[in-house]
Amino acid sequence: MHQDTSPAPSAPPLLSVEGLSVEFMHRKGALKAIHDVSFSLAPGEILGVVGESGAGKSLTGSAISGLLEAPGRISAGQIFFNGRRIDNLSEADRRQLRGRKISCIFQDPLTSLNPVLTIGEQLTETLRAHLPLNAQQARQRALALMAEVGISSAEQRLDQYPHQFSGGMRQRIIIALALCVEPELIIADEPTTALDVSVQAQVLSLLKRLCKQHRAAVMLITHDMGVIAEICDRVAVMYAGRLIEIGPVQQVVMQPQHPYTRGLMASIPSLTERRPRLAQIDGAMPRLNQLPDGCAFHPRCVKRTAHCSTQQPALDVSGLSRVACLNL
Amino acid sequence: MNTAKQHEPEGLPTPIVPASRHALMEVQDLHIRFDVASPGLSGLFKRQKKAVLQAVRGISFTVYQGETFSLVGESGCGKSTVARALAGLYTPSEGSIHHAGRPLTGDSTASGRGIQMIFQDPYASLNPRWRIERIIAEPLILQNRVGNTRQARPQVAAALRQVGLGEADMFRFPHEFSGGQRQRISIARALVTQPDFLICDEPTSALDVSVQAQVLNLMSDLQDNLGLTYFFISHNMSVVAHCSDRVGVMYLGRIVELGPVEEIFRHPGHPYTRMLIDAIPKIGAQPGDRQPISGDVPSPLSPPAGCAFHPRCPLASELCRLEAPPVSRLSEQHHIECHHPAAVARPHLQVLTAIHQGEDQ
Repeated sequence: MHQDTSPAPSAPPLLSVEGLSVEFMHRKGALKAIHDVSFSLAPGEILGVVGESGAGKSLTGSAISGLLEAPGRISAGQIFFNGRRIDNLSEADRRQLRGRKISCIFQDPLTSLNPVLTIGEQLTETLRAHLPLNAQQARQRALALMAEVGISSAEQRLDQYPHQFSGGMRQRIIIALALCVEPELIIADEPTTALDVSVQAQVLSLLKRLCKQHRAAVMLITHDMGVIAEICDRVAVMYAGRLIEIGPVQQVVMQPQHPYTRGLMASIPSLTERRPRLAQIDGAMPRLNQLPDGCAFHPRCVKRTAHCSTQQPALDVSGLSRVACLNL
Repeated sequence: MNTAKQHEPEGLPTPIVPASRHALMEVQDLHIRFDVASPGLSGLFKRQKKAVLQAVRGISFTVYQGETFSLVGESGCGKSTVARALAGLYTPSEGSIHHAGRPLTGDSTASGRGIQMIFQDPYASLNPRWRIERIIAEPLILQNRVGNTRQARPQVAAALRQVGLGEADMFRFPHEFSGGQRQRISIARALVTQPDFLICDEPTSALDVSVQAQVLNLMSDLQDNLGLTYFFISHNMSVVAHCSDRVGVMYLGRIVELGPVEEIFRHPGHPYTRMLIDAIPKIGAQPGDRQPISGDVPSPLSPPAGCAFHPRCPLASELCRLEAPPVSRLSEQHHIECHHPAAVARPHLQVLTAIHQGEDQ
């Protein structure tokens, strides 16, 4: 069923986002939250998306999964999934696609599960909504999934409620739910942020193993560079609604090129080296209604030159990555 | 231990321990228990057995003047309970807490002057309907140092300047500030009473890394300028490694390892500490470098017999299942609670140097 081809740039993309812009209609006009974002995702590939709160990373995920809510709307650009355009689908088609082909994992494992239904009911409901199974088959499938995500005594656990599970187990259930219909793309929005570091390691390695087994592509949205370095194949860095650097994980993490990415990497506390001070990027990301002209990062940038405040840098190829900076 | 010496990265400063260390906070055999039986009549009618949650099970430590002492551990290990006890919010079930030589009492106005707290969530810890001026003046009013918000204005302005905000910010509301700025406001509120002991409960976990760096730098500047002592709670091991002088590792209500930060991270003695350090997603380390982690923290309602960590421990023996481990000293300041200290006290440097190279860029 699954072909064993490794994700290569030559493989036809599973997901391709072209010039995506998202805006929010507002009393005083439109507020542009995402500007002209383009990237693609190969089958089975894990793409990390990093950036500060408000950089537009979750919004990009919502736009792809079709979970963008009014007053937000896609104002420009196209999204292709398996070669088919999906950004202009009807709500019914979108729902069908979202459950069957694209799955979402959200940050908080407690609020993503229904507290008044047992874990078994939630798993079988999802399975039967998308696959032609009877109750008995769905239960068998649910049991197998529980075992696959490493939950012991699955038979009893199936009849328990979410509050009887620990945080890490709940997130494993969510992963089981997301994987149960064998989706081709999983959008995971901060899946481990609410978890302890020891549990995070378990959940991440589970996610990685299962995605490689099922050949599902993952778009992993996080603000933790360590998580990215751990499981991703490629990384996209977002700042103020734009993609500013995208490339193979080794490249972006070890040799970041954009001044913002460099600053971000340097501000991570080191485990070994005791520095009196952390490198910091002064200032804060601008608000969406006060974006400066030119490169949005230039007021905080140490390498800025005169034309940074007038000219918008394009995302150009630089080595193995693509980087949006005028002063490389 | 000789092999470990060779791997020692150079240029790491030794922890600054003043010759005459002055103990600011002394905790002796602290126990904190909560009664979690069903409340009220239903508990009475069901004749439920007493259910007691042992959040803290007999810990002792001393925090010295001017240092940063950190407690790390997973959720539910009791670290926040200890912090709240130090803040005077919980009364110890057993044991004692002394601040600057005086026993800590439940009366927060008497003991609270020297002790203040910074909370995790800068969105939930500031009253959205109050102006910044009133938020920062509140502790002064509670301690009867000023009569009203207006009289506190000079202190509020000074506190805002200390944390890098402008005086004019005092007339604004919390929603006008970003997460990092709100955390600065929380710090200003804590500093306005001129405390000597600051309890920081996950002060940067809700912040982005770049903002986290700004807040950690600010906290370190304030410590240098004001001679503050920090009691730091975090589950983020790299933040702890960055800012601490000494670290205590908590597991299920016990401090299982305590020592200077360099020793804890270079030669973790307890298998649990090793596990925590291994679990950190590392930039530049190979995925195969880590030991697999198994299991969850057991329920504190029924802690396992013997060593509480034995169900998850790779080194567990019959002895661990039966007897609580004794304290063993690895060095003068570094001790662990483990039955097999010799087995685990081996250098842990390969992984650490790998990350070190990764961060050079």
